[in-house]
Amino acid sequence: MASLASSVRRVTKYKIVWPLLAMAILYLFNLIVVPGFFKIEVIDGHLYGSLVDVLNRGTPLIIMAIGMALVIALEGIDISVGSVLAIAGSMAIFMLEGHSLWVAILASLVIGLLCGLWNGMLVSILGIQPMVATLILLTVGRGIAQLITNGQILTTTNKGYEFIGKGYFLGLPFAVYIAAAVFIIIYLLKTKTAFGLFLEATGANRKSSEYAGVKPRAIFMSAYAICGLLAATAGIIYSSNLSSADANNAGLWYELDAILAVVIGGTSMRGGRFYLGGTVIGAIFIQSLTTTIYSLGVPPESILLVKAFVVILVCLIQSDAFRQMLTFKRKVTTS
Amino acid sequence: MKALRIRVSSNNIIILATLLLLVLLYGAGSMMYTGFFSMQVFLNLFIDNAYLIIVATGMAFVIITGGIDLSVASVVALISMVSASLLEQGMNAYVVMSISLLVGIAFGAGQGYLIHRFQLHPWIVTLAGMFLGRGIAYLIGTESIVVKNETYTKISSYKINLFGGGFISISVVIALLFVILAILVGRYTGFGRAVYALGGSERSSVLMGLSVGNTTIAVYTLSGFCSALGGIVFTFYMLSGNSLHLMGMEMDAIAACVIGGILLTGGFGYLIGPMFGVLCTGIIQTIIIFQGTLSSWWTKIVIGFLLFLFMALQRLIVMRKEKGGNATQITRKIAKNNVKM
Repeated sequence: MASLASSVRRVTKYKIVWPLLAMAILYLFNLIVVPGFFKIEVIDGHLYGSLVDVLNRGTPLIIMAIGMALVIALEGIDISVGSVLAIAGSMAIFMLEGHSLWVAILASLVIGLLCGLWNGMLVSILGIQPMVATLILLTVGRGIAQLITNGQILTTTNKGYEFIGKGYFLGLPFAVYIAAAVFIIIYLLKTKTAFGLFLEATGANRKSSEYAGVKPRAIFMSAYAICGLLAATAGIIYSSNLSSADANNAGLWYELDAILAVVIGGTSMRGGRFYLGGTVIGAIFIQSLTTTIYSLGVPPESILLVKAFVVILVCLIQSDAFRQMLTFKRKVTTS
Repeated sequence: MKALRIRVSSNNIIILATLLLLVLLYGAGSMMYTGFFSMQVFLNLFIDNAYLIIVATGMAFVIITGGIDLSVASVVALISMVSASLLEQGMNAYVVMSISLLVGIAFGAGQGYLIHRFQLHPWIVTLAGMFLGRGIAYLIGTESIVVKNETYTKISSYKINLFGGGFISISVVIALLFVILAILVGRYTGFGRAVYALGGSERSSVLMGLSVGNTTIAVYTLSGFCSALGGIVFTFYMLSGNSLHLMGMEMDAIAACVIGGILLTGGFGYLIGPMFGVLCTGIIQTIIIFQGTLSSWWTKIVIGFLLFLFMALQRLIVMRKEKGGNATQITRKIAKNNVKM
């Protein structure tokens, strides 16, 4: 047992190494193959270049993945985040007609929170498997978004709203600051409050944490609610970046990206400990991968294919049976 | 004639509720719209949903073992794309069908192997499978391909006339035969019993000496096969291949299973159930089409709501069973729910 414990500790210590390593390889590849990938220019006091672009476009994913990390820490999953993103974006732009900016943002966040609470209710009170419970909102959500937009693509010209996704502040995209704020808040929530402790305890072993006096239902509810809220935040940034809301295509396939970011970041699908730093790195890695595929001129359709293989590969690496099979070859297969 | 005396118990309560809902929905549709209560409208339910009946029945096997298969919709789309593009190159129709079935079987077996051998969550593997299927379909082509093959168009337009003036398509016959076969397999073969045992308790099945690994792989292979068969039937129906076909159909299949009384926690369910579930969702769709002004998105919303109701019902029954309560109160609850619909 002692050797098992020490090996687990050794692996956890290096959790963040994997995403960083993957990223280093990807960037090394870019350095050789894609000329100008690292070029950063300053135009009108704003930074421009592929790297800034990755950061800017990656913010919805980073925010969403942070929410997903909380849910996955509970051995749950939320595959409705892409639809919630679409609902929130549609809601915000719909409300901008005739309402002030703050009302629109608030309405959008509230609807995201409601979606999260709905998922949390299904999972914690009705005890439905998270996958199936959130599947309802995955498909119904796009229908709801369609109802809000009345089947059309809504656009906005509100300058204040566009600033959220397109504006620059001190040389960096404004959305990056939002992502940083979200990260810091959730990080403080994880490390400085009892909620973070309870969350990891419930994810690691629900029954024993229940015996220890933690109320799993409340924990599940809050985790899903936060996930919904963050998905809505991502939806606001996403729709403001495009100045439009498309109920059908906004955030399509984002759920896989978010799950992938969390898993690459070293959080196990089996719940328990979760890693916010790793999640952010994972999200940036995925966005870099997408940007790389685009700049290579490979048909963008193949992105889905590549990502599907990466998911399976990462899950295999996390699987005990696979590790036993390749005890000695592990380093070779992961690099 | 013992079988005719049906007693309401927690075992068949959901399927009875589904039948009641089916009659109520159809009755409501007939009352509201003229021309709804006709033989052909009813038969069209089968014609339009033949592929879904097949896919949902395959899904039922997976759910009974306690797993889930999210890749079904993208496999159907993939098969439609594969067969359309192969037919375009002038390949023989029957060869194309065999290739399609093989693709489905290989897809399912691969997923089953990953799930069993490496103890991965079924949904993460099949979620990846869902993206893989769509991804391959996108690679074959992003444009819709029309099927002009003679065999396919002939099968597609062939009508089997019934008594009373209605007609059905060959796809319906395939689907119904498949359901009957599934019921027989589930009831009378070792494989069927192993599936139910595995869903009841994996540990007990291992201790009983059932080969859990083979059953798991077989069940996902079966689901892959069903998706492929569904894909072929769907290609007959649409006569086109498109990588964007049936986005979100996996929920329809799962909804059909849940409405048809397959317990999501596994181990229980009648294999005729998914067909009733499909008919329920089909009637809802037909009502929305007859209504005319509602957008088609309402179908998804109503089915999602129905799925939620039946999940809540299942949960209630499981909780009752755990407490050892009787079924009469549940019956009342169902009656209430149906009135709400």
